[in-house]
Amino acid sequence: MTAILVPVAALAASLALFGAFVALIGVSPLDVYQLMYTGAFGSWFSWQNTLTRAAPLILTALCTALPAQLGLVVIGGEGALVLGALAAAATGLALEGAPAPVVVPAMGLAAMAAGALLIGGAGALRHGRGVNETISSLLLSYIAIAVLNHMVEGPLKDPASLNKPSTAPLADDYTIGTLPGMDVHWGLVVGVVCALAAWVLMRRTTFGFAARMVGGNPRAARMAGLPVGRLLIVTTALAGAMAGLAGMVEVAAVHGRANASLVAGYGSTGILVAFLARQNPLAVIPVAILFGGIGASGGLLQRRLGLPDASVLVLQGIIFVTLLASEGLHGRVRLPRLAKQPQEA
Amino acid sequence: MDETSPGWWGVPLAVLAGAIRVSTPFLFVSLGECLTEKSGRINLGLEGTLVMGAMSGYAVAYGTGSPWLGVLVAGLAGTGFGILHAAVCSLERVNDIAVGIALMLLGTGLAFFLGKPYIQPQAPQLPSIDFGWWSTSQQVRSALQVNALFLIGAVLAPLLVWGLRNTRWGMVLRIVGESAEAARAMGYPVNRVRLFATAAGGFLAGVGGSFLSLHYPGSWNERLSSGQGITAVALVIFARWDPVLCFWASLLFGGAGALGPALQAVGVTQGYYLFNAAPYVLTLAIMIATSSARHRLAGAPAELSVTR
Repeated sequence: MTAILVPVAALAASLALFGAFVALIGVSPLDVYQLMYTGAFGSWFSWQNTLTRAAPLILTALCTALPAQLGLVVIGGEGALVLGALAAAATGLALEGAPAPVVVPAMGLAAMAAGALLIGGAGALRHGRGVNETISSLLLSYIAIAVLNHMVEGPLKDPASLNKPSTAPLADDYTIGTLPGMDVHWGLVVGVVCALAAWVLMRRTTFGFAARMVGGNPRAARMAGLPVGRLLIVTTALAGAMAGLAGMVEVAAVHGRANASLVAGYGSTGILVAFLARQNPLAVIPVAILFGGIGASGGLLQRRLGLPDASVLVLQGIIFVTLLASEGLHGRVRLPRLAKQPQEA
Repeated sequence: MDETSPGWWGVPLAVLAGAIRVSTPFLFVSLGECLTEKSGRINLGLEGTLVMGAMSGYAVAYGTGSPWLGVLVAGLAGTGFGILHAAVCSLERVNDIAVGIALMLLGTGLAFFLGKPYIQPQAPQLPSIDFGWWSTSQQVRSALQVNALFLIGAVLAPLLVWGLRNTRWGMVLRIVGESAEAARAMGYPVNRVRLFATAAGGFLAGVGGSFLSLHYPGSWNERLSSGQGITAVALVIFARWDPVLCFWASLLFGGAGALGPALQAVGVTQGYYLFNAAPYVLTLAIMIATSSARHRLAGAPAELSVTR
């Protein structure tokens, strides 16, 4: 129970702190809360916006949550997304003319391979050379963004894209459509399926059991004869593939081409989603929807209250810090009625 | 090209000049991080602190007309973030790496939020000292315009080495970083020592950020810092937790960062973005070359989680 209660309490405390912050600059916190709700979940229109943003968030959150099972802190999701998007766009453009049922999966595979290479690289460096994966994944992420900028301003630039350098647009039949009856693209289903698969892999297979054992005690795992290196590299590569897939979804369903708009902070928000979900692949889904909602309400806060677009970042930062500060409460808070049951940490 | 232009010779010259200019934020962040890591904790949030320092320094310099006051306020803002990091880390079961990531997000968010009104106006800049008076070449003269903050950092580095080795404070800091248990047994307040070390580290990182907005590039915008903070954290590992080595490493990284603009100045625009990534590639290459899977890094404070 406390596994849910503590993050929820942290969220409530963060909202209060954020309210105090906006009150300091002379904006009514109540207005802010109300607009946030309206912008995120207040209407069918905002729900669709929220879910559209949740799709890549689920995938980038998995990029942090999967390696976390092994005790690794990977923060390179943004880079894997960007590189995946670039690979997907390049594949779609290279295979132009081929039938869509061939090209779209190829784009997805290329994106996953690109992401897997990036984050799996960080995992391999950790295993082979003892390089800290947190720092290396972030550095790789910066390098990936530089590669994107280089490609869209150089070799892959569409001469027609003048004020915003981009690749040429994908052919229409290579784009991902919307779910029946709503204006939310299929990427959401991709994200949910990946999260379910990740959960099954980590909680219901021997691979996952071994991975979590490495996370619990690496030395004991090695003593027990587990292939620590292989587990580490495969898991980080899978994590990167997830974020790479997020990039493919963004290109094929939202932007239709690769350009610098892909660097939209889904990577950093995904880290927060993973932490708030306590690295549980299933919990990632609702938390990603929540943060999709916060992101979706940003525009409304900007238009109605004149708050800068960075308000969402500030709120995310406050939530992250409060959440970590509440970490010590797990297993400490006792619920009066459940006091006799074993506490879940 | 006219006669006074050094042409291709401008590239090494510009890299040298750039090394001095670009290295200053690296230098301050790495010196600050070095102090923090010596106490056995890592603060990845210095990326956010850097941006916050750049914004607050710029805002204050614009408001008061005094760039030095801006530097001071930037340092104080950094101190605040350092204290926050240390305070959250001192709670139970909190991972210092995760707190750093959180503060990276919070710092950039706050800086972008509060910095919106300062994107347009021009704030007064920090003064430079002219070491190129002897030369007639315009390029050499401008290359040797060395900023006062760089000189302060250059003096600070050996001073820190001396302080860590010879003062009581330095001693206590190192004990806490090597073994929290031993320090506790000797009666030193581990969390308070780390609080001071992280606050001081935050101060230096904030000052480093003010250099970005008050000297080079010399204005405030949201693309001001892209990873200098995190690169500087990695640089400390490369410099083996030695402040003087941090100084030389910062110069090296500054040179790498100056390569792109220097080549662009002589007309090489191909691969501009790739050259911009040079410091990250360099950092990664150095980390790969100097790390080892089998044994701990020489000189690493034993309490530091990041090298374990």
